[in-house]
Amino acid sequence: MSTVAVALTPVCAVSAVPLEGGVAALVSGEAVAVFRTHSGEVFALSNVDPFSGASVLSRGIVGSRGDAPVVSSPMYKQAFDLRTGACLDDETVSVPSYDVSVVDGVVHVGSVRPVGEVT
Amino acid sequence: MTKRQRIVVVGHGMVGHRFAQAAVERGLTETHDVLVLGEEPRAAYDRVALTSWFAHADGDGGSDALSLLPGGEYDDPRVRLVLDSVVTEVDRAARTVTVVSPPSAVGSRDGRQNALLDQQGVPGAVTVHEYDVLVLATGAAPFVPPVEGRGKDGCFVYRTIEDLEAIQAASAAATSGVVIGGGLLGLEAANALVQLGLDTHVVEMAPRLMPVQLDDGAGSTLVRHIERLGVTVHTGVVTEAIEGGSSVTGLRVRQAGTDEGAPTQVVDAQVVVFSAGIRPRDALARECDLEVAPRGGVLVDEQCRTADPHVFAIGECAAPGGTMYGLVAPGYAMAEVVVDALLDGPGTFTGADMSTKLKLLGVDVASFGDAFATTDGSLELTYADAVAGVYKKLVVSEDGSRLLGGILVGDASAYGVLRPMVSSGLALPDNPEQLILPVGTGAGIQLGMPDEAQVCSCNDVTKADILHAVTDQGCESVGDVKQCTRAGSTCGSCVATVKNIIEDHFASVGRVVDKGICEHFRLTRQALFDVVAVHGYRRFDDIVAAHGTGRGCDVCKPAIASILASQTSTHILEPATAELQDTNDKYLGNIQRNGTYSVVPRIPGGEITPDKLIVIGEVAKDYGLYTKITGGQRIDLFGARMEQLPAIWRRLVDAGFESGHAYGKSLRTVKSCVGSTWCRFGVQDSVGLAIALELRYRGLRSPHKLKGGVSGCARECAEARGKDFGVIATEKGWNLYVGGNGGATPAHARLLAGDLDTATLVSYLDRFLMYYVRTADRLQRTSTWIEQLDGGLDRVREVVVDDSLGLGAELEAEMARHVGGYEDEWRATLEDPTKLERFVSFVNAPDTPDPSIAFTTERDQIQPIAPALIPVGAPA
Repeated sequence: MSTVAVALTPVCAVSAVPLEGGVAALVSGEAVAVFRTHSGEVFALSNVDPFSGASVLSRGIVGSRGDAPVVSSPMYKQAFDLRTGACLDDETVSVPSYDVSVVDGVVHVGSVRPVGEVT
Repeated sequence: MTKRQRIVVVGHGMVGHRFAQAAVERGLTETHDVLVLGEEPRAAYDRVALTSWFAHADGDGGSDALSLLPGGEYDDPRVRLVLDSVVTEVDRAARTVTVVSPPSAVGSRDGRQNALLDQQGVPGAVTVHEYDVLVLATGAAPFVPPVEGRGKDGCFVYRTIEDLEAIQAASAAATSGVVIGGGLLGLEAANALVQLGLDTHVVEMAPRLMPVQLDDGAGSTLVRHIERLGVTVHTGVVTEAIEGGSSVTGLRVRQAGTDEGAPTQVVDAQVVVFSAGIRPRDALARECDLEVAPRGGVLVDEQCRTADPHVFAIGECAAPGGTMYGLVAPGYAMAEVVVDALLDGPGTFTGADMSTKLKLLGVDVASFGDAFATTDGSLELTYADAVAGVYKKLVVSEDGSRLLGGILVGDASAYGVLRPMVSSGLALPDNPEQLILPVGTGAGIQLGMPDEAQVCSCNDVTKADILHAVTDQGCESVGDVKQCTRAGSTCGSCVATVKNIIEDHFASVGRVVDKGICEHFRLTRQALFDVVAVHGYRRFDDIVAAHGTGRGCDVCKPAIASILASQTSTHILEPATAELQDTNDKYLGNIQRNGTYSVVPRIPGGEITPDKLIVIGEVAKDYGLYTKITGGQRIDLFGARMEQLPAIWRRLVDAGFESGHAYGKSLRTVKSCVGSTWCRFGVQDSVGLAIALELRYRGLRSPHKLKGGVSGCARECAEARGKDFGVIATEKGWNLYVGGNGGATPAHARLLAGDLDTATLVSYLDRFLMYYVRTADRLQRTSTWIEQLDGGLDRVREVVVDDSLGLGAELEAEMARHVGGYEDEWRATLEDPTKLERFVSFVNAPDTPDPSIAFTTERDQIQPIAPALIPVGAPA
């Protein structure tokens, strides 16, 4: 992949992200939503809901659709796959997803991943 | 342009009303003015449900609930209704009708006469109206056989609300009553006498009850049911005389078929109700030389037109092809046919399905098609269970291939499937007995019904009409379909079938309609509620592990959060439930289009001090919030950033405000008018009651938002009947209405109980609200919930007022627990640092506000600037 490597930004303790919930973080001036699923996996998507333009995705409900871990937008309820950012209710829409890792109990957010690439 | 035509309708019963409705709906009023002349003091009411009048509290409450036109006038100004108008003459040559408003109407009964005076001038005056089209809808009158003594005090008929009022008054001093006539209406009347506490007898000349609809086996099954209720049934006897002086003391009867002078028996009774059939009221037609049928009824053709092309007759006063029809459904069909004819449509009335299904004294009775097996070679299949009191009979064609008719007593659940099979000619299955065997085999009963099968016979709605409503008109529920097609809106017997058709359709297109609320739970909200209550669950994880799959979604999580809140009064932002909440609940505010929130402090009943008003003003000013007065008599502050919410609420809570729960599926407001304290018309303290109710039910999490209203007099300035629960003051107390709402599908609340004292009102409301919280579907307002309950509003009344399930004390106790456990969510949040943690803009930059939020100024206040939409699908 030709993604330019960006340094991972430490954001917060993983314990600060509620289980099956999200928080918003500011990474290089961009609002990023960081989520933690029930199994403890951490994901990061753009915080901006593409349907309303509001920076709110971190406030959505985290759950599952089929096998996919999802967040549903608090604005109009579309579900987004936490792994890819793909909107499951409108295949033409997706939100940027970010590399994310947990190092020593701290969540680090990296660069935007190319569309469609799964962790 | 052609001159507008004038239609005069004589009679405002159910059929006259349907004509007016159809005229509006089908656009006939674009070219015609409609004048409806009603003889009774009330607008049309549901005569089919007449007996339910007694179930309501005293006063006019029952009449309101039965009314088909509660406001007394049509929305379309081109339809004018004038009541208390007796048409005395029709002049067909001059095309006029002569109307007398009787002096007896003056100053009596209620305030409606004032309206009459306004419209018509001096009462008792004679008015003449010209017509281009005359529609006779004068109905029928009870037939009183020429029995000696029939004029004594204590003798009644059973047709109008006035008749019921008179029977009720006479029953107060009576111990026993007798109904002459054991037909459908007679048994209704008997039901009324039982409800009035009388020792009740029914006298029927035929050897069985309901001789027109039932055979001997069905009749005797029905007798056993009815006698169990304390009604004494005398079949095969004729009435010789009414005994007594000026007042009735009893009824002398002898065996049918014996001669006069044969031994007689006297049935003691102080109340006698004649219910020996009806006769068409065709006198007007006779007097203007229109032909009537040999057995009565204005003779009309298939378009319901008399020999005079300007005159039509519909309903019970008409005899299309010489036959009169004493049911409402054919009358409705005739009304539609005439509207169609006036629009030059092709509609005709060629006879009616006389099928009947009803609940008589709590017993299901149905009779349909060729119930007496009169078809050549037809065969009967009978199932009877004397212990359970069930009798079912199918009449099938000689080769067993088609269903011709049937009778059901004690269990008429199969009616919805069987009756359409008769009209559609659908082939019977190989084992037709399965159709009437007891439940258990019932699953096999769902046969493919052809599209042309008539589902609702009252309103002539076919399966195809229902499917059309679902596929092309966006209907998703029985309530939607009822509104759209009228199916199920008259007698209600087809509601279960309508529901099945909708569900089958959705299942066939692969849509999940099943009872499950989402992919994670195959349970209804009601079932989930019960599961949580029975197991005492407090955590989503436990519930989904035991009863669901996956990790939940934005449907089931808020629903479970709401159920837990309803059952436990635990703060919604406790760790176990915080992440289940919808965003509005999660931040205790209403999210707006740019991601900011609105703030709504509670202002109970809309009453607020100047000091508190000033606080709201100051807070809004200090935080630069946009302010607007809401429809619920409070003030909404918009534009608060999420991280500002705690500080704003700190100010409000310190000033004595609390959460208004504008963000929750919970009680919003109880709106009030100013009431007797200030208003010169008010009869009760509506503000005081509204405040008490709002404080009692504040914070109650429910399937949908809940609103209430209290009006201090019948002028209804608080618009209480547009609320989920509405209370309207009367001279004697309060009338309680339920099931109203505004919004996209407005509904007027209907009377649940009348003239209540405040304590009873509160206990009924406790029960009503908790019953709703327990059993409604997710996001189901009270109006649709009531609509979809089996039995509708009557069912609610049974549970809430009559306590038929014995749940009353339990529901009240649950409400008491809610009231006792209430705390202000915002105060509790402000006092708990862990709950405040979520109110930050960015977890790693809590001092940086969201840069995408921006405002402009309009009319001296802020307005959001729409965030620029990012290009979707592309990496940023």
